[in-house]
Amino acid sequence: MIARDQATRSRTFGIWLPRLRRYGTPLGLLLIVGVFWALRPDTFMTVGNWLNISQQVSILGVIAFASTIVMVTAAFDLSVGALASLAGIVATVLMSQGAPVPAALALTVLVALSAGVLNGFLVAFIRITPFVATLGTLTIFGGVALLVSGGNTIFGRAIPRAFGEFGRNGIPLGVIEGRALMLPNLTLVAAAVFVAVYVLLGHTVFGRRLYAIGGNPEAARLSGIRVRLLTLVAFVLSSLGAGIGGLMLASRLASANPTQGEGLMLNAIAAVFLGITMSDEGEPRVLGTLVGVLILGILANGLTQLQINTYVQQVLTGSIIVLAVALGSLSKRT
Amino acid sequence: MAEFASLLEISGASKKFDGVPALRDADLTVDRGEVHALMGENGAGKSTLIRILAGVLSADSASIRVRGEAVAIHSAADAQQLGLRFIHQELNVVPSLSVAENIFLGRPYPGWGHLGLGVVNWRQLARRARTVLEQLGVLHIDPNRGMGDLSPGDAMLVSIARAFVEEEGGQSESSPRLYVMDEPTALLSRGETELLFEVIRGLRSQGCGILYVSHRMEEIFEISDRITVMRDGSVVATTATEDATPGSVIRQMTGRSLENAFPRRERNRTREPVLELRGLSNSRVKDFSLTIHGGEIVGVAGLAGSGRSELLRAIAGVDQVRGGTILLDGCVARLSSPKRAWQRGVVFVPEERRSQALVMSGRARENMLLPRLSSLSRLGLVDMRRERKTADRLARQVGLRARSPEQVVHYLSGGNQQKVVLARAVLAEPRALLLDEPTRGVDVGAKYDIYNLILDAAGRGAAVLMVSSDLNELMGLADRIVVIAQGRLTHDLPNDGSLEKAQLLAHCYGEQAA
Repeated sequence: MIARDQATRSRTFGIWLPRLRRYGTPLGLLLIVGVFWALRPDTFMTVGNWLNISQQVSILGVIAFASTIVMVTAAFDLSVGALASLAGIVATVLMSQGAPVPAALALTVLVALSAGVLNGFLVAFIRITPFVATLGTLTIFGGVALLVSGGNTIFGRAIPRAFGEFGRNGIPLGVIEGRALMLPNLTLVAAAVFVAVYVLLGHTVFGRRLYAIGGNPEAARLSGIRVRLLTLVAFVLSSLGAGIGGLMLASRLASANPTQGEGLMLNAIAAVFLGITMSDEGEPRVLGTLVGVLILGILANGLTQLQINTYVQQVLTGSIIVLAVALGSLSKRT
Repeated sequence: MAEFASLLEISGASKKFDGVPALRDADLTVDRGEVHALMGENGAGKSTLIRILAGVLSADSASIRVRGEAVAIHSAADAQQLGLRFIHQELNVVPSLSVAENIFLGRPYPGWGHLGLGVVNWRQLARRARTVLEQLGVLHIDPNRGMGDLSPGDAMLVSIARAFVEEEGGQSESSPRLYVMDEPTALLSRGETELLFEVIRGLRSQGCGILYVSHRMEEIFEISDRITVMRDGSVVATTATEDATPGSVIRQMTGRSLENAFPRRERNRTREPVLELRGLSNSRVKDFSLTIHGGEIVGVAGLAGSGRSELLRAIAGVDQVRGGTILLDGCVARLSSPKRAWQRGVVFVPEERRSQALVMSGRARENMLLPRLSSLSRLGLVDMRRERKTADRLARQVGLRARSPEQVVHYLSGGNQQKVVLARAVLAEPRALLLDEPTRGVDVGAKYDIYNLILDAAGRGAAVLMVSSDLNELMGLADRIVVIAQGRLTHDLPNDGSLEKAQLLAHCYGEQAA
């Protein structure tokens, strides 16, 4: 049956489908860039807009890069969005209570790490499926964020200037295209996280072991890999990314509300899936995730410039995700 | 209805898997009112034949006649339609459903007539399930109980009962069925087996045919009318049970003499014991004691389910050990996890390479180096040049036939996949090498290479413990062969040329056939 299906497919789609699968996603990215460039020649393809895009995608990027680590082990972390909200709330509430910025940041990171330990413990040691475990903790983290903030948005004078300005400032690049431009701090943070995850997954023994766990946990265990411990660490790193992403968001908005990270989770997972389509073995790689993040970010930027209704934007974005993943699985080798 | 001689007639059945013949031109007939036993070693082709009958596999060539008519069986539904009923050795039950639901699984549940809109009539379902169980003489199982609460024996009885569900408006009673039973007693107690035999005798007297597969010699002689023995995919002989003896059946099963399939070697056993087991026990291994010296290869013979795999898993730190000690080079070794075992140089090659040993989507290099990643890295960073060099060396050493070690394991043949697994053992330079079916599903050429690797490890002073269903393999390689049955060591035999395969097989089956 399977063999026959494959034969039919290769007759129908010829040889271009497997190639489209591997290169389809990056080609799609170029296509999207081309379309917006053609439609908005004056504003889209400018240094200023690209710096702007880089800042817009930086938060999603950090969360998606970190989520990639968990997804390499063939698990999920649905709690990253809620945790990002919680991180923003914890940091801003602490600051509004007069805590110095570094102390507030350190404590927030600690909260994120503990959240990751909780997720990892539930999945790796209590053996709850990642979907259910992180669905549960998603609700918990969201609830704690509401509790801590009393359901209010924290903004204005409660937030120290230094914290609020970090997310809007950057390194001056001088006058380009007639404007004084800067390389946004958030872009730099995202780039640093990208490099860290890239090295971690691709070039460390730890990353290699995570891929083995994702490929065959039993074989990994029998090869002497401490599957449970490493799975836990993967969740901790994912939560750390969510925490940093939440801080970046709060800094950029100079405010925090208990639900502002919600949309990030689905987009982060979508970005990872878009990236997976680029791998022959169907494994997540952070470079693929970067392409996924850029597709989502550039779509949002371009569609906004075209003044397309945000509801339509959402439908288009969803359709592109489904299309990319469908092409990937259609041509998937068995 | 036309008179027909045989209920089932198979002739010229052949089947190859990846070019390896599993079934060669096999013939088999089951008459009306006959219990026909099918015997053979693991891999002799019995299961392949049964799976073809069940419509699970399609034969490369075969002519099948049921009640004298040529038929084609393409699916399980076809087999069902033809009046073939299958009782499999594994429990195919859904523990979360009730006994009654399990019995009617995949069949229409009784409803409330045409106006019932498909709503299940639970009371009717339970009643009909009870009738089926009563037919079998099983009175102690309440159809409303949860399947998961039953003992394995009772669960097996329920799974047997499933074959006796008659569909309303289905085939009439007058056309006798053929029941294919694949080791139905594996999980049954003696009393439950008696119950099943009563049912079988009843079916026989109604003119049904039974194809009965079992490893239990005594049962075969108790219940069967004829015995067909298979070996290497072919039918060796069909004999009336009264003309056969356990000894003659075992001779037919083993037949083949030891060919020159094994590399020659020097016996280089050292005096020092390397791996010592003292009273090793857990739920499947009972008080197992064994000493293996450096350079010594000890073969483990035993039937499936005898605890042979569990023995290796217990030593390798995979399964929990409840009692006893393991000594490595004379010191107590606490091998509480696979990681500890690897660290101490105890290398385990598991039975199922696809599910237990390999990351199928990974490259050969990555798989070969998996347990030794840290020792090839610097400060946790992967040293790709060193990895490539090591992988190339290993690939040469194990005779890997792949485009390069960068090839994804999924696309390698079974033999080459197994070489990837064994490359780990080469890399680790083990003190103790635990091999579970190291050549299962491996072609002849690769087998020879693998034997050489095993001998090589022994030559470097490792203690080798090797489980294999292929007794020829054990007799061709091992210095000693131990027999395990129900988790206990029952025999410890020197493999010095005086050991006979039939004798060894008899030991595996217990003493009944000796």
